Parts: sequence; C-alpha cells; structure tokens
Amino acid sequence: MSTVTAEPAPSSAPPGPSARPSRLRRSWEKHWYAWAMVLPVVIVLAVLIFYPLIRGIWISFTNLTEANQAAEICTRSITGGEVCAENPNKWEFVGLDNYVRVLTGEVGEFWQWTGTTLIWTVVCVACHFGLGLGLASMLNRPMRARGLYRVLLVLPWAVPAFVSAFAWKFIFNERFGLANALLSAVGIDPVSWFSDRWTALFTAIVTNVWLGVPFMMVALLGGMQTIPGELYEAAEIDGASAWQRFKNITLPGLRPVSMTVVLLGTIWTFNMFPIIFLVTEGQPAGQSEILVTGAFRAAFEGIRNYSLASTYGVLILSILLVFSVFYRRALRKQGEVW
Amino acid sequence: MRRTARGIAVLAAATLALSVAACGGEDEAAEEQPKVDPASLNAELTWWDTSDPQNEAPAFKELIAKFNQTYPNVKINYQSVPFGEAQNKFKTAAQAKTGAPDILRAEVAWVPEFASLGYLYALDGSELLADSDDFLATPLASNKYEGKTYGVPQVTDSLALMYNKELLTKAGVSEPPKSWAELKTAAQAVKEKTDAEGVYLNPAGYFMLPFMYGEGGDLVDTEGKKIVINSAQNAAGLKVAKDLIDSGAAAKPSANDSYGTMMTLFKEQKVAMIINGPWEVNNVTSAPDFGGLENLGIAPVPAGSARAGGPVGGHNYVIWSGMPQEKIDAAVAFVKFMSSAESQAFLSEKLGLLPTRTSAYQVDAVKNNAVVAAFQAVNEAAVGRPWIPEAGQFFGPLDQMATEVLIQNKDPQAALDAVAKKYKAEVVPGYGL
Repeated sequence: MSTVTAEPAPSSAPPGPSARPSRLRRSWEKHWYAWAMVLPVVIVLAVLIFYPLIRGIWISFTNLTEANQAAEICTRSITGGEVCAENPNKWEFVGLDNYVRVLTGEVGEFWQWTGTTLIWTVVCVACHFGLGLGLASMLNRPMRARGLYRVLLVLPWAVPAFVSAFAWKFIFNERFGLANALLSAVGIDPVSWFSDRWTALFTAIVTNVWLGVPFMMVALLGGMQTIPGELYEAAEIDGASAWQRFKNITLPGLRPVSMTVVLLGTIWTFNMFPIIFLVTEGQPAGQSEILVTGAFRAAFEGIRNYSLASTYGVLILSILLVFSVFYRRALRKQGEVW
Repeated sequence: MRRTARGIAVLAAATLALSVAACGGEDEAAEEQPKVDPASLNAELTWWDTSDPQNEAPAFKELIAKFNQTYPNVKINYQSVPFGEAQNKFKTAAQAKTGAPDILRAEVAWVPEFASLGYLYALDGSELLADSDDFLATPLASNKYEGKTYGVPQVTDSLALMYNKELLTKAGVSEPPKSWAELKTAAQAVKEKTDAEGVYLNPAGYFMLPFMYGEGGDLVDTEGKKIVINSAQNAAGLKVAKDLIDSGAAAKPSANDSYGTMMTLFKEQKVAMIINGPWEVNNVTSAPDFGGLENLGIAPVPAGSARAGGPVGGHNYVIWSGMPQEKIDAAVAFVKFMSSAESQAFLSEKLGLLPTRTSAYQVDAVKNNAVVAAFQAVNEAAVGRPWIPEAGQFFGPLDQMATEVLIQNKDPQAALDAVAKKYKAEVVPGYGL
C-alpha cells in the first residue's frame, strides 16, 4: 500500500482532487478479490443484523401499532366489492416520545422490571457458576460410574425448557404441588408461593438454576481438563493443600473459560423469557415480571404496539451493550485476549 | 408452535392452489344460478375452533359430519386452537396474509378489534344475516363495528353461580344465595358443617365484573367517552369480594393458576360454590367425583346493592377477509349450517351451551334442558360489554388489579385509580378520566 501511495502523481495528471479517485481505483484493481471475498459476509450481516436493527431503532421513534400501520384499511364485503378508507390515524414520527413514556413510568413499570431483572440475573448466574463449578470439580477426578453421573447431570439441559417450566410450576402449585406437600409433611405451613413478589421470583430462580447448571458444569469441566496435570503434581510435592491447589491452579487456569461462560450466562439469563413467562406468569400482579416478559406483555397484548416493543428492545440492547463494554474492559485489564 | 404455523401456512397455500384450480370455472355458473346444488360446492375450508378440545370438540366434529351429509364436497379442516392463543395467532396470520383460517370462532370482544383492522369479511347482504331478527340482540351487537356486521353469533354466555347441591343441603342451605350477603352466610355454613370450603373466587378481572356490576358500576362509558372504572360503585363491589376472602367465607385464592385450581376444587367437591359460565358445565358434570348433573345447581350471580348481573360473553363465527372469493359460497353455507337453529339446539343438548337464536329456544330439546333453562335466567340479567376494538385490552390491567386487591390486600379505590390511569395511557387515550 505504502509504495502505491508514495508514488508521486505523473506531472501530466491534474493535481489535487483527482489524485484520490485514481488511488481508490488502483486500490480496487489490486484488492478487488478481497472485497469480493468479504462481500457475501457483508450482505448476510446486512440482511440478518443491520437491517432489522436499524429498522427496529427507527420504529422506536414512531408510534407504529398494528392498528395504524396500514395507509388504508380495506373492508371486503361477502357479497363482493371492497371498500377502502384512508386510515384516519396513520402512524407518524414521534421523536423520543416512546422513550419518555417508558422511562417516566407512564407506560409499564420499566424501573421495577429493570430491578427485578438485575436481581434475577445476578442470583441465577451466581448459582449457575457456583453449583456448576462444584459439580465440575467433583466430576473431574477418576471415580466409578463417572460417565453415568455426567449423563444424569446434563439431563436437565436435554429437557425442553417449557417442559421443565411446567413441571416446576406444578411443583410450586399452592394447593396441589409437591413443595407445599413436603412442607406440610414436616409440619411447616404451606407457602403461597405466587402471592408475594420474592417467593414468586424464588420459584423462577430455582427453575432456571436447575436448567442452567449443566451448561456451566460441562463448560467448566472442559476447562479443567485443559489444565496440565503436572501443575497439580508439582504443587502436591511442594505440600500445597487441596484448597490451595484449587485456589491457585484450578481457578486461574479456568479464567479464560469462566469469563466467557459468565458473560454468556449473563446475557442469556438477562433475556431468559420462557421461565418467568411460564412459571410465575408475572404474578403477583406483574411484580415478578422481568424486562423481556414485561415488554412482551406491554407490546403484544391486545392491539400490538410495535413501536413500544422496539423501544423496549433498544433499551434492553443498550443495557447489555454497556454491560459488555465494561466487562470486556475488565477482562482486558486482567490481560485476557479474546 | 412456529412449526405448526408453517405447517398451516403450507396447508393453506396448498388449499388455496387446489381450490383456485377446482373452482376457477364455477364462478359464472354460480352467478346465473342463485340456488346452488349442495353437491356442486367444492372447496376446502379451514376452521379454527377455540372450544375445549376434550369436552366440547367432539360435538363440533359431529356437526361437521352432519354438514358433510348435505355438502359432501366441502372439506372442513377442523383445527383446535387453544383459546388463549387464538387471538394473537389469527392476527399474526391475517396480517401476514397467509396461514389464517377461513373461518374462526372468535370471542365476542375480538370481533370489533379484527374488524377495525380489516381482517374480516363484512357479512351484510349475505344470506347469513337474512334472518338476523332471529338472533338475540346482545350477542348480535358484539358483531357490529361502524354500522357493519362482521360475524354470526355461535353461543352466548354469562357468569352464573354454580353450586354443589349436596354440599349446600348438608350445610342446611335450602336455596341458592340471592345476594352477596346471603352468599357469605351460606359459605360460612358450608365451612362449618362440611369439610369443604364455601366459595372460591377467581382473582381475575372478568370474574370481578359481577361484583362491580352488582353495585351499579361499569368499565367505560362508550357514549360519553369516559373512563368510569375507578367509580365508588366499583370500589364498593371489590370491597364485597375482598370481605368474602378476609372473613374466611371464601377460600384463599392463589395468584397463579387460580382458574384451574377453582375448577379442580369444585370438581372434587372441595368447594361448594364458584362463579363460572356454561362452558364448564360439561366439564363439571362429567367429572368422576362430582355426581353428575343432578348435583350441579345453577343460579344467577348474587346481587349487590344495585342489581345482579354478569358480563355477556360468547363466541361468533367470523370469515377471514383473506379467504379467496371462490370459497365464499362454501364458507357461507358452512357458517349458515353451524349457526342454524337445529345446530344450536344440537350443541345445546350435547354441551349445555346457550343458543343465540330465539327460534332455537323453541326446540323441545332446548326447552326441556335444565341447564339451558337455568342459564336463560342468568342471561336475561347479563350486562353488555363495551363493543369497541380496544375492549380486549381492558382485562390485562383489570387482572392485575384483582390480584392486588384480593391477594395482596391493596386498597380497592387506589388499585382502581391505577387501572384508570393505565386505561388512559395505554388503552383508550381518547377517553376522559
């Protein structure tokens, strides 16, 4: 490149402006195949990601709903004929109205949902990681029937999420569920699980922990098996205790894996729709709703509100973007490269 | 679900192609000859039925078989779609202009909404409405939107007091309670003298309406364009409901799955009274532990200080506007058959559903049906709902309010004020508070 650009223009060529196009053209002649190679990827990204994203952002600045999206509403008569009337309140650009309405709480419960989402995400990911790490360390040593344990522990992963959601919902049923039957059996009063915000959230968290632990366990187990055995041998010779080996070899050795899975787990849990939607149904009175389920109900019940849905989408995306920027910065500080 | 949706889309596309091929040449013939020979109608129609697939669907399938005796070449693709999903599913498909059913069983509140979006055929001028005087006025009114009629009433219903005769007798209650105060006494008697609970209230918006109507309240005033949900009458009605629970006369409801819990308890004779509609009659009477129809009592909902009344519900047949013109004759024939007095009488006899035609009530099988007779009194007292496109959205905030008041002990007036604000912000911005 530098040789191309460094070459002085021939004296006959006009100076200034035209130097640029010719440089571009020369670059194109030399590197056209590279552009041709990336073109398919660019097109796929544009179609699958950029177009929907930009359209979503654009819609969030309008008041588009199902009722006002058509320029005209046509009524067909069964006897033939069709009457089309111009839509009297056609959708229009409304600027930041949607954001103001959502953030001031005029529509929906944005701040309450955000709070619930944060609690839900932190508790779920912490439990996933903690339990996954514990189970992985237990399975990461020779023992009888290890294969069987591994299969059994991965099982929750293999069950479709909605099946386990319904199963857990029934376990926590206030009248007929197993949880209250067990509590009564040991002499504790049955709990009205879905009558209180925190107990309702608890049922959803239990369900999601049950579902999410296998992934963490498998990922961490894989990470543990990449840690060279010699390190442990050397530490043992030096007289390090089991805890010291875990803290000083296993944990640092796992860091590349655990950082990635925690990031993934956070994003997944943050947007984990089916568990809240099916297990608590937002009860009581919408208080266990998280952002994604709240946004869904706000936007898709009754006449669908596409602009409101996009507004929530953009807000959720921004929260996750901010999170991942900080997370990546934290990683870079620790010298991680991905 | 996505897979089935695609399946339906493929099916519909295939149907469309077939029917276009089959019916291409018949149009002119039909024009010249108004009276069509039933056997000459040749089409494939998809019908989304939202009735209960176990209790009600078999009767509808029998009706289809009867229809096919007259119209052997009209194939009906019967598809059972869960009631809770049908509204959104239909809107998605209708908007995409593919995969929607030709005929849908729509809940009364859906019709104005679908019509306002242009998703339905206007039926004016067709033979479906030729004898529209025969239909009961209130169910028919739910099909009207801006002067046109978009559906044909299938069944009508309202909420009633359903009670377990045996349990009430055991408790020494000889007559079903006529007011909420009587209900409270009766429920407490049941609780004391039997090992069942008195009454189970479903903490959902729709089921709170009898309490609000009882004191003379309503949701919105469509003529005055005013939100009246937070009236003192409604608050008084909710206090009545709350008092039933607080005093122990009513069982403590659960926030999640309360409808299912209510039905299970009633069917297992663990609760003596519930407020519910005719659509559950078959479910209750066929439950093994209940004791059949002899044990089921049906009475109008108890009265408040102003009146007694439940909300008008029910279902209508509507035809999707995206259905190709060639299939109109077959669709009209099908809907006409299904909504005829004979078919309504048949459903009434089989399932205890309430006909929407005056003439159907003259049929002996209906006249002598105890369930229908009981519900007829109920329906005469029923209160019409606001038939506006937004009507379906009233119940989200109302459900939340019911949970807050009945389970979380929130003050009724405060909870209703919050609902009014939500209606203003999200449902009917054009209305005054």
